[in-house]
Amino acid sequence: MTSESSTAVKEPEPTPDFDVDKHESIGLRIQHVLHGNPVLGPLAVLVVAIIAFSIVNTRFFSAPNLSLVLAQVTVIAVLGLGQTLIILTAGIDLSVGAVAVFSSILMANFATKLGVPGILALVLGLICGTAMGALNGFLVTRVKLPPFIVTLGTLTIFFSLNSVVSKSETVRGSDMPSLMTWTGTTIPIGGFRLTYGSLIMLLLFAYFFYALRSTAWGKHVYATGDDVESARLAGIRTSRVLFSVYTVAGLLYAVGGWILIGRLASASPNVGTDYNLDSITAVVLGGTSLFGGRGSVIGTLIGALIVGVFRNGLQLGGVEVVWQGFAIGLLVLVAVSLDQWIRKVKT
Amino acid sequence: MTATTTQTPVLQAKGLTKRYGRVTAIESGDLELYPGEILAVIGDNGAGKSSLIKALSGALVPDSGEIYLDGQRVHFRNPMEARDAGIETVYQTLAVSPGLDIADNLFLGREERKPGVLGSVFRMLDRGHMRSEAKRHMSELGIGTLQNIGQAVESLSGGQRQAVAVARSAAFGSKVVILDEPTAALGVKEGNRVLQLIRDVRDKGLPVILISHNMPHVFEVADRIHIQRLGRRATVITPKSHSMSEAVAIMTGAAEPPPPVA
Amino acid sequence: MRDLVMSNNRRRLIAAGCAAALVFASAACGGDSGGSGGEQVVGLITKTDTNPFFVKMKEGAQQAAGQQGVKLQTFAGKVDGDNESQVSAIENLISAGAKGFLITPNDSKAIVPSIDKAHQAGMLVIALDTPTDPPDAVDATFATDNYQAGKLVGQWAKAKFTKDGKQAKIAMLDLNANQVSVDVKRDQGFLDGFGIPVGDANKIGDENSPMIVGHDVTNGNEDGGRTAMENLLQKDPSINLVYTINEPAAAGAYQALKSAGKDKTVTIVSIDGGCPGVDNVKAGVIGATSMQFPLKMASLGIEAIAKFAKDGTKPQATAGKDFVDTGAQLITDQPQSGVEAKDSTWGKQNCWG
Repeated sequence: MTSESSTAVKEPEPTPDFDVDKHESIGLRIQHVLHGNPVLGPLAVLVVAIIAFSIVNTRFFSAPNLSLVLAQVTVIAVLGLGQTLIILTAGIDLSVGAVAVFSSILMANFATKLGVPGILALVLGLICGTAMGALNGFLVTRVKLPPFIVTLGTLTIFFSLNSVVSKSETVRGSDMPSLMTWTGTTIPIGGFRLTYGSLIMLLLFAYFFYALRSTAWGKHVYATGDDVESARLAGIRTSRVLFSVYTVAGLLYAVGGWILIGRLASASPNVGTDYNLDSITAVVLGGTSLFGGRGSVIGTLIGALIVGVFRNGLQLGGVEVVWQGFAIGLLVLVAVSLDQWIRKVKT
Repeated sequence: MTATTTQTPVLQAKGLTKRYGRVTAIESGDLELYPGEILAVIGDNGAGKSSLIKALSGALVPDSGEIYLDGQRVHFRNPMEARDAGIETVYQTLAVSPGLDIADNLFLGREERKPGVLGSVFRMLDRGHMRSEAKRHMSELGIGTLQNIGQAVESLSGGQRQAVAVARSAAFGSKVVILDEPTAALGVKEGNRVLQLIRDVRDKGLPVILISHNMPHVFEVADRIHIQRLGRRATVITPKSHSMSEAVAIMTGAAEPPPPVA
Repeated sequence: MRDLVMSNNRRRLIAAGCAAALVFASAACGGDSGGSGGEQVVGLITKTDTNPFFVKMKEGAQQAAGQQGVKLQTFAGKVDGDNESQVSAIENLISAGAKGFLITPNDSKAIVPSIDKAHQAGMLVIALDTPTDPPDAVDATFATDNYQAGKLVGQWAKAKFTKDGKQAKIAMLDLNANQVSVDVKRDQGFLDGFGIPVGDANKIGDENSPMIVGHDVTNGNEDGGRTAMENLLQKDPSINLVYTINEPAAAGAYQALKSAGKDKTVTIVSIDGGCPGVDNVKAGVIGATSMQFPLKMASLGIEAIAKFAKDGTKPQATAGKDFVDTGAQLITDQPQSGVEAKDSTWGKQNCWG
């Protein structure tokens, strides 16, 4: 209004306060770059690992072997995708493996014990997985229990139900309709052999990469995880966002269960006890922050690949199995410390 | 500019009451906000100004009393309803999402989709359009110094974040902007910039309710000053009619409240 | 606003209360509740109650208890490794005045103090399948000689490969990296049976033979079996003999071989004798497996407790061993000379799970 007050805001600043100082140290520059793109760190680790293992054993870097690694990490990658969505909202899901395995047992039993046609059994199995995820979502958003506690409880419940329904019996692939084991079929692409399961996994990742970046839902997921109160005050229906995330994750876990059947050519109730930790490892190694609001699904795919590459590469390199676990544990610590460091980026 | 009492208030509260058990937060709370003015609401802790403002912004449902917006009776059950009616509130915590960028934050909860199939079926956001709109809103308010609209809000200074929050409140066809302690966490220079921003919002045609403990700031920008005491309105003064110390005295009960000046 | 907050807290209190009630209820129902007095009470505490191995064990115990005229109370851990539930189970048995119990310990060391308490109460304690640490903390151990089980399939494989005139290239698919007793014994037994010097018989992986392509771990399930087999095959595609820790791992390994087109040319051996495993022997997936007898472990155990209750005699270990060997039986449909075996039909009648 008066001339003094208008210059108060319009007076030009010599340097806007957020500009990067040209004399910044390399460390700070790296910190800024990683802050803008948290996937770069894990990607670098993956590339270095692939190079190193290829040098140690040339057989590592061959089309058959690399196809193998992709097939080996596919199930965990799909589970990790669901886990990523949940961790982005600053939650966590320990019931991952239970939902996946129980869904696979359900679809297998629908098809064999109840004689339901393959496609219907698959759909029912997926619906069951989605319902399990929705239960988690309900307990988190309505009963307002912490995700860790909720999924710890549902983990045990689902695994127990799993034992009861399956009677601890594995259903053989040959007894099931071929649709159940279809995800294990391979297609040759050049020298690579891709399974349909891996293809489905890649499509899912592409879809959620798009959804998180370019839809309102995606923005709301990040906002809810970043600061749930702010998101709520800004008008986002955070309960709905959270519920949707757990439910979608349940569906993804069920798809993972279907892909697992293809890989094992059977529906086994004995697998999957460590899938929750494996999926969280993939998410963390991929640069997604456990505190929510930061990260990307591409990171999780890279994280899953890192684990697969290390397992396969260390075995080809003749390293004792004990060191595989050691290496992964070390990587996780490095990944989390790196996340803490890049979060400290100041203006 | 001072408002004339013959105009219809944009926002009016009559007889608002809210009790929590045996504690009365507000009783017969009144407030008028006229077009084109900055109304500061001051009061000591426990005077009921937060409850009064929360009732206006929909964060609190009063036990009794009426609220009128543009002369029409309104009833807010939650903050979203208040916002949809045109009452935008900028909370002390700003409600910005630090990890998202400026454009994302401006449109948070009100995202724009691409036209046609891309928008409806694929739910794709029209990021390009949102960015250019964000730039336009910011520069309309004279916030030109933010270089990169695609920059994450957490990398902004406190004053810049406040600017984003204020710009958001002024951008969406709002009728009233309520600001809760906007300069509380800012230094002198940035505080002044925000005050200018508040004036720019008013000059755009949006009336502003400003809650603040900062007397110098209040006396610098307010057109009228509503003093809240013991759950009700003590009086309304202007920066010209009374001095800061007189205002504080009325606020704390050391002096008798005069009849409303405006 | 405050009303909302209050009801949130109340909700949580109700939820917590229900959860607590459920926990207490399930803990109380943890074991079959004992009936009135009259019969002697004996107990069976397994690692879990879902693994078919333990389900069969429970069956054997129930049959034997019926025959011996004793009352059986069964308990189990919630998961593999759950020591707490087994400790509570022992306390329950002590208060029930049981004469003795059978236990497959989840934690061989940590359960010992509870076993001492049981001894002080005058009970007979028998370990099944898994020894305690130290092994003499219990009065007797009824178990499979896992070393012998491994040796049987090793001898069978050796005989087969000698007859076929083939040089063996062996993949070793073990349980995990922890060098647990069952893992070590089966692995080393197999190598010994095949004729490969084992170095330190208490350690997996210290052997030097060029016949061994490598070791990997499976967690004893199909998923782990598949990945381990794939990785070892990548290391050396000329693998023609696979040792597996158990039959689920063998099933997973088979899938990997099938995917690589090697299912007809590679031989898999395993250990366990579960009914699905015997089916796999019949189907040609597994060349030979060593069968265990959990039912026998349990029924012999119950008989021993019944005898102890009657006249105080304690069971004797098998000659030359410090446990009662409940036997391992080679099952195969490709018998080799010099190695005694039964076929899959017999296996199907005697399998568990």
